[in-house]
Amino acid sequence: MSSHTIKITVNGRPYQGQAEARVTLVDFLRDALDLTGTHVGCEHGVCGACSVLMDDKPIRSCLIYAVMADGHEITTVEGLEKEDGTLSPLQDAFWENHAMQCGYCTPGMLIASHHLLRTNPSPSEAEIREAIGGNLCRCTGYQQIIEAVQMAAKNIGDGA
Amino acid sequence: MKAAAFEYIRATSLDQVCYALHDGAGEAQVIAGGQTLIPLMAMRMARPEILIDINDLDELKGIEVSEDFAVIKSGTRQAEVLESTEIRETLPILSEAISHVGHTQTRNRGTIGGSLVAADPSAEIPLIAQLLEATLIARSLRGERQIQANQFFESAMMTTLEPDEFLVEVRFPRWKNGSSGHGFHETSIRDSDYALASAAAQLSLDKNRKCDILHIAVGGASPTPLRLPEIENTLRGQELSDAAIEDALQNIPNLVEPQSDVHADADYRRRLSRVLALRAITDARDRALGDLK
Amino acid sequence: MDTASKFKFVSKRRRVKEDRRFVTGRGRFAADYKMSGMLHVAMISSPYACAEIKSIKSEAALAVPGVHYVLTGEELAGHINPLLSGLDLPSVKRLPLANGRARYAGEWVAAVVADTRHIAEDAAELVEIDYEMLDFVIDPEEALKSDAPIVHPEKGDNVFFDKKWTWGDVEGDFSRAPRSLKLRARWSRNSTVPIETFAVTANWDDGRSMLDVWASIQMPKYPEQIARALGIPVSSVNVHFDVDVGGSYGLKRGIRQTVIVSYLTRKLRRPVRFIEDRLENMAGGEMHGPDRIFDMEVAYDDEGIMHSLKIKATDDCGCYPGRAPLQLGKPVSAIVGPYRIKSAEYHARSVSTNKTSQEAVRGFGQAPTNFAIETVVDRIAKELGISRAEIRRRNLIKSDEFPWRIPSGSEYDSGDYHTVLAKVMEAANWDALVSKRDKLRERGQLAGLGLSTCLEPSGGNSSFEPLFNPKNDTTTWMESCLIKVDMLGGITAMMGTSTSGQGHETLLAVTIAEVLERDPETIRAIHSSSVTALPSNSPVGSRMAIMLGGAAAGAAKKIRAQLIAIAAHNFQLPADRLTYNGGDVHVENDPDRCLSWHQLVDIAHRRYHDMPIGSEPGLQAQHTWEVPTGGAMPGADGTVQMYPCYAFEAHIPLISIDPGTGLVKILDYFIGHDCGTVINPDIVRGMTFGGIAHGIGAALYEKFQYDDSGQLQAGTFMDYLLPSTHEIPAIEMIKHYTPSPLTEFGQKGSGESGYLGAPAAISSAVNDALAPLGKTIETLPMRARDIEALLNG
Repeated sequence: MSSHTIKITVNGRPYQGQAEARVTLVDFLRDALDLTGTHVGCEHGVCGACSVLMDDKPIRSCLIYAVMADGHEITTVEGLEKEDGTLSPLQDAFWENHAMQCGYCTPGMLIASHHLLRTNPSPSEAEIREAIGGNLCRCTGYQQIIEAVQMAAKNIGDGA
Repeated sequence: MKAAAFEYIRATSLDQVCYALHDGAGEAQVIAGGQTLIPLMAMRMARPEILIDINDLDELKGIEVSEDFAVIKSGTRQAEVLESTEIRETLPILSEAISHVGHTQTRNRGTIGGSLVAADPSAEIPLIAQLLEATLIARSLRGERQIQANQFFESAMMTTLEPDEFLVEVRFPRWKNGSSGHGFHETSIRDSDYALASAAAQLSLDKNRKCDILHIAVGGASPTPLRLPEIENTLRGQELSDAAIEDALQNIPNLVEPQSDVHADADYRRRLSRVLALRAITDARDRALGDLK
Repeated sequence: MDTASKFKFVSKRRRVKEDRRFVTGRGRFAADYKMSGMLHVAMISSPYACAEIKSIKSEAALAVPGVHYVLTGEELAGHINPLLSGLDLPSVKRLPLANGRARYAGEWVAAVVADTRHIAEDAAELVEIDYEMLDFVIDPEEALKSDAPIVHPEKGDNVFFDKKWTWGDVEGDFSRAPRSLKLRARWSRNSTVPIETFAVTANWDDGRSMLDVWASIQMPKYPEQIARALGIPVSSVNVHFDVDVGGSYGLKRGIRQTVIVSYLTRKLRRPVRFIEDRLENMAGGEMHGPDRIFDMEVAYDDEGIMHSLKIKATDDCGCYPGRAPLQLGKPVSAIVGPYRIKSAEYHARSVSTNKTSQEAVRGFGQAPTNFAIETVVDRIAKELGISRAEIRRRNLIKSDEFPWRIPSGSEYDSGDYHTVLAKVMEAANWDALVSKRDKLRERGQLAGLGLSTCLEPSGGNSSFEPLFNPKNDTTTWMESCLIKVDMLGGITAMMGTSTSGQGHETLLAVTIAEVLERDPETIRAIHSSSVTALPSNSPVGSRMAIMLGGAAAGAAKKIRAQLIAIAAHNFQLPADRLTYNGGDVHVENDPDRCLSWHQLVDIAHRRYHDMPIGSEPGLQAQHTWEVPTGGAMPGADGTVQMYPCYAFEAHIPLISIDPGTGLVKILDYFIGHDCGTVINPDIVRGMTFGGIAHGIGAALYEKFQYDDSGQLQAGTFMDYLLPSTHEIPAIEMIKHYTPSPLTEFGQKGSGESGYLGAPAAISSAVNDALAPLGKTIETLPMRARDIEALLNG
């Protein structure tokens, strides 16, 4: 078994850890780096609970080995707050709209929506549905999540 | 769902990949996006001893469109192909097909070559390669080899790539006939699921609006994506009325050999093949006639 | 009528307290708890539907570096007590690991313990198990045949439960009614499948004799069940109920998983964790839901009035009877739906097969029953050529008829069904939807409009336990809250249960704020650990708004009374001369003679000399109460008051079907909803939308399909299809508020809302779409392949 030193930047901070090649990025984030905000749902790439940004693009962190992410930049839900520790407009809109119940899919939903709003500041409802179409939620029926993304888009547009 | 242990090599050159595959003697496997392979490894249905990561190889990334071909390097992400305006203009059917592949997050990692090599019978990119008679370029220590799409897909999840070979690019011939159009339809239970069945058609019309060239292929209905020359021959030279198309497609259920699985039985897939082929050819005709963009 | 105006905080929009930690990634889920020296478990599953376990050889596995133990079912069975059954079936032993015989494909037969989960999985491949395959049975009706293989040979047959109740003059009503019809409706095996699997970490501290448990649990009497299985005192089990649970909807009842890790931590003296992976969860986690065949018969007349209903429900329980067979029991509480049906017969059968066991799922058997009843109602409409809405209007209980006692003995508390139906039809613009449907039909699509009117029995009690097991005389089904006001005036409220998305912290804050007239933001709500918790029956049966909200209000009233008593003593006036206002207490009509909240709290904590003589120092109160209308044993004829409160919902979806592929698309969706007074509107909306999404999944996509060899074919998320944003439409919710006379604020339950009527409504719409072709389909899920085969096959 080969063990590898993995250096990645997570939420702007450099991290280093050891892992076998077979350790997925999500397991590495959670177990080696203690960043437990990113969740494991299915471990085979369907549910989206483990969504993170790699080099600013949303990916499944269960579908990449940590060693493959060596040298790359990762953003997790822990990195979405503003620098002063207050909530981002998207997080705030999720709270305002109760865009969750159990909170388990929420980090993945936030990551997918965060990327959407950065690339498409005023998405249509269909575009929101497409952007989070790979993230499963069993609690909400998605409606309040979509409402939250719409509110966040508006608030960001208004200068929030 | 943790993969069995493996050795990991992060390749820095094409030659290194060639040597590693050669030395791996069938136990080494290339990984690019990993969107198909990693779930299989998690379930221990795949257990390569050596993984060769080709993600750092810029030589395997990029899109080049020339007079005759659209060339896509194997390691190009599906998302990049989907976003490419060049591809949209020269190979609109590929853009449309890729929009059905997984979803944003898997397309950000998944590659063109990965999808071709996985050779899932219901996958979209192999279907388009088969439809457009793409040429696949494989490389090994023994050199480069060109493989026609119809020689590449051997069976479900099986290709004719040798264990020491890896895919470096795929060349899609460009159609430059005057009045051409394409159609793509698939049926999946949920939006981002693998297709139960799919159909892709590309055709051109002559100046009398009769069918000059027609390619039609169906996916998910046979162990490999399947071209349907009988139907192409029947319709060539004909005016593509709704009735003529419908007539020509009656026999599709007998031409395909689908599998039954938890999602669909073979008979359903047979009937779907006909319905989807009908829609694909109709769309292609309408686009060629300028009715559809 | 909007009840919000009556209240200061109840019914008002307010951010949900729990959400803040979730949007920052700071939820604390079971898999987030780590301990040094923690060991990891992987399960070994039986590959066969039924097999004798001849031998288990662990040597090669134990030789792998990092492997600590291989636990077999035989060892475990020798050291624990069998797990509780909901039925009186002494010959059927339910154990965490199969012992001697594996009875379904996926059943766990051994547990491997290692330093990491990776190593545990490596070693699991090296455990050599010698199986001898045995005959098995997968279909529940096959299982009832006399020559069927028997799942539990000691039992002698495959019948877990079989009882027929007759309430009222069923045969007379059938013979007098001019018309009757029969149909079979099928609800296939599905469940609510949370995105988080079951996870549990246990640590035995020998020095304190304490088993600490962190688990994603939602189950009544979890600590007691652990203690009984292990043979240790309940006071030696400390379940940390502050673990956030990543969705449950009834399912997260991992007692097997917990007993395994608890045994292992006591054996190995190391913390032990088991997080189900998705394969373990789907095949062996025993989290499948009802799997039910309904043979329905109804007596009705030419006007469409229903007079009597016969329901025969044959439920495929799978392998072991935990609480699952009781899911045939809850529907007794609403066996005739929201309709004025005079008599009813209910024949409930729970059958064992070689499949994974059922567990409790949202609605506890009511959603399938509602689907079957609604299918009958639609069929009557079709037979008589009367609209589906009109048939319902003729049969729904009228608002002035409450409380209404149904034949099976339960009394419905309140409702205004006709108004809710009228409001949703108006909001949906039913006639416009009909035109839209007809235009789609003209364009060659199949299109259908659905309607369902269903009940959500809420408040949950245990009356089905004595009904299904005469040896079980449980009638107590309580909930508790403890409130303490600290020396500086802060309020902390404690509940004795975990939360899986229901917003209980918000519930406590709002209900206590309402009674004490204090800002909800200043009220902290926490989850006590089980050793310090007051009695709870956990968030099952759509009961927490009623029961935990009621407990909190009760405790808050006691605090308020204490404050008034302190003021009365200090003003030397009788309590009824004082006015409570926002936590301050002043003399009636004299606001200047006032003791403020902080002064009163200070007296209670620090100035015993100003306290009423002999009173308890400090400011704290607890309230534990029994479910309203609960507490009685069933009558000899099986009549029983089950749930106290009945919420109502009316669904209207418009769908289209692609005639070439059978794919269903939901175009519009409206729900009229009445759960009495709403505590938090956003929570109720979310519950309802989520319930509808579950219902759409059950109606169109989700099925735990087994093949002929007894293998689960839908064991991953590639095969068990959870709906995404593309399958779930935007939903418009129309609210109505008929308060319950039985609860503190008039609230009813809403934890199962949406799910209880959506499958019936989608089925109604699909059948409306098929009607022009003379086709019907009455089996869920109505998958594209099933519909297409009906059209073109």
